[in-house]
Amino acid sequence: MKNITLPSPHKILRIVHETKAEYTFRVKCDDAVNHGQFYVLSIPKIGEAPISVSAQGEGYVEFTIRKVGKLTDGIFGMEEGDTLFMRGPYGNAFPVEDFKKKPLVVIAGGTGMAPVRSMLQYFYAHPEEAGEVYLIVGFKDRDAVLFEEDLARFREKFHTVYCLDNMEAEGFSKGFVTGYVKEVPFGTFEDYNVVIVGPPAMINFTAKECVKNGVTEDKIWVSFERKMSCSVGKCGHCRINETYVCLEGPVFNYTKAKELLD
Amino acid sequence: MRVSYGISTEKMNGLLEELGKTYRICGPRRVGKYIRYGDIQSVEELVYQEKSHFSPKEVFYPIVQTLLYFSENQVRESEMEDEREVILFLRPCDINGIRRLDTLFLRNGGKADNFYQRRREKVKFFLLECAESFETCFCVSMGSNRTDDYEAAFRFGEEGVKAQIHGESALCGRLEGFLAGEKECAFAPEFVTENKKTVAAPDIGHRSLLPGIHDLPMWREFDDHCIGCGGCNTVCITCSCFDTTDVIYHETSRDGERRRAWSSCMLDSYSTMAGGHNVRAKAGDRMRFKVMHKIYDFKVRFGEEHMCVGCGRCDMRCPKEIHFSETVDRLAHEVERLKRGEESL
Repeated sequence: MKNITLPSPHKILRIVHETKAEYTFRVKCDDAVNHGQFYVLSIPKIGEAPISVSAQGEGYVEFTIRKVGKLTDGIFGMEEGDTLFMRGPYGNAFPVEDFKKKPLVVIAGGTGMAPVRSMLQYFYAHPEEAGEVYLIVGFKDRDAVLFEEDLARFREKFHTVYCLDNMEAEGFSKGFVTGYVKEVPFGTFEDYNVVIVGPPAMINFTAKECVKNGVTEDKIWVSFERKMSCSVGKCGHCRINETYVCLEGPVFNYTKAKELLD
Repeated sequence: MRVSYGISTEKMNGLLEELGKTYRICGPRRVGKYIRYGDIQSVEELVYQEKSHFSPKEVFYPIVQTLLYFSENQVRESEMEDEREVILFLRPCDINGIRRLDTLFLRNGGKADNFYQRRREKVKFFLLECAESFETCFCVSMGSNRTDDYEAAFRFGEEGVKAQIHGESALCGRLEGFLAGEKECAFAPEFVTENKKTVAAPDIGHRSLLPGIHDLPMWREFDDHCIGCGGCNTVCITCSCFDTTDVIYHETSRDGERRRAWSSCMLDSYSTMAGGHNVRAKAGDRMRFKVMHKIYDFKVRFGEEHMCVGCGRCDMRCPKEIHFSETVDRLAHEVERLKRGEESL
C-alpha cells in the first residue's frame, strides 16, 4: 500500500532571489502539474508547508517562498544541488480549458502572483489559445515586487496595471488593486473569467468590487491559502465548514468561496 | 456465534493471561489521578465502575508518533514498534466514536492515512457494558448509546464476570475454546437508554442560516472565558486533528525524523499561517468552529451521523467549566430564533 504522505527527494536546480524576502526555487520534477496546484515541501529543521507551483517547464517546477518568520527560514539556507523533499501535486486547479479564447481578468496581490504565474506564462507562450488578458497586480512597495522579468514581458501581450500600496514608481501606479477594477471593460465582454488571488481580505474586497462593476459571481475564481499539516484531508487545519481546502480547493468558484466562513 | 458464560474473576484473569500471550490487552486503568487507556493484565486493573477521563483513541492513535526518518537524500517510513493485535475494552459511545475516526482517517479524501490504518486494523473491540449512565454523559441524545460492533461483551461486578462471545472471528473462536465447559447463561449486554443530560442538536436545515450562526453574539462570551488549552479536544474520542514537526538530531546534519502529534482547534496556533495571519483569532471563533463541526459540519460532509457521540468527557475536563453540551443546547435555541427572524438573546 502506497504511503500517501511519504515525500520524495528532488534536486534544486536554480535559486532566484526575487526580493530580499522571497526566493524562487526551481526543482527537478517530471510531474504533470495543472495551473494552480501545490506541493507540500519539507522545510529543513521545521517541517512541511504547502507551497503553490509558481512556474513549470520541461523537467522542473518552481516554488516561490516568502521568508515569514521561522516556518520557512530553513529553506533559505539551501543551495543549488541540494535535495528538497516534497510530495504532490495536490489540490484542484484553475479551469484553464474554460479560460481559453475568452477575456481573462487576473487580479493578484503580492505573493498571490505565485499561484497564477504559471497560467499567465502559458497564455503568454500560447497567444493562439488566449483571449484578451487583463492583469492587475499590486505589491506593498517597490522592494516587494516579484517576477520582474515576467511582469515586463506580460506588458507586451496583456493589458496590465501594476500598482504599489503607498508609493509610485516607474511602471507602477499608486493604489490598491481594487481601485483599478473599474478600468476593465467588463461591459464589452460576452463570456469571460476573473481570477483573484491574494490575502483573504484582498480577495474579499476585490470580489465585491468586481460584482459592483457588473461581474456575475460565477465568473470569479479565487485561490485560498490556509494552514495545512497533511494536504490529504486528515490533519484538519484547512477545514472551513464541511469543506477541506486541500481536497476541494485551493481554487474555488466565488459562489462557493463566499460561503466559506472561517 | 452468540454464547454467554458466567465466570469467576479468577477465570477472567486466566483468560486475560492466556490472550495476553499473543495480544496486547488495553482498557481503562488508573494512571496517577487520571483514568486513561493502556495495557492491563488483570480485572483488578480495569476501572469499569467510573468513566475514564481520556478516550481510548491513544491506544491506536498515539499522542505523538514518529512517521518517518530522513537523512540528506533519503526518507524511510517508521516501523511499528509493536506488531501484536490489540484487544481493547471500551464502551458503546467510544466504539461509535472510533467509527467517526475511521471515517476521517480512512475515507476522507478517498485515500487511507497509512499511519492510522496500520494501527487501527489491529484493534479488536471488547465491549464494556455501562451499568448506568455517568455524570455528563449524553450518548442517548447523540444515538451512540448502542453498538453491535464488538467481538465480545463483558459485565464486571463483585460477584464475577458475565461474558458474551459475539461473532465468528478467530478471536471469538479462542474465547470459545477457553470458556467452553464454563456455566452458560443468558447474558446479553444492556445499553443505557436514558442520561441525566439530554442535548438537542440544532435543526439548521438550510445553509442560508450559516452566516447568522457565524455572527451570533453568544460566541463572543467565550473570547475571555475560554483559555484555549485544548483539553476538550485532547479527551474527545472523535477529535482527530494533528500537527507534524520535523526534529533534527544535530544542528550540523540533515538527519532527523518527522513526528505527528495531536493538535487542537482551540489552540491559538491551530489556524495561524506562516505569515502570522490567524483566520480564527478569538477563542469564541474557535469555539464556534469546534461546536459546528461536532453537530453540523461533519454530518453535512459524510451524510451519516453527527461527529459528537455524547461521551461528555469535554464537560468533565474543562478547567473553566465551559459545557459543550449546554453550548449546543443554547445554539439550538439561537437557531430557532434565527429561523423566526428574532434577535438573539
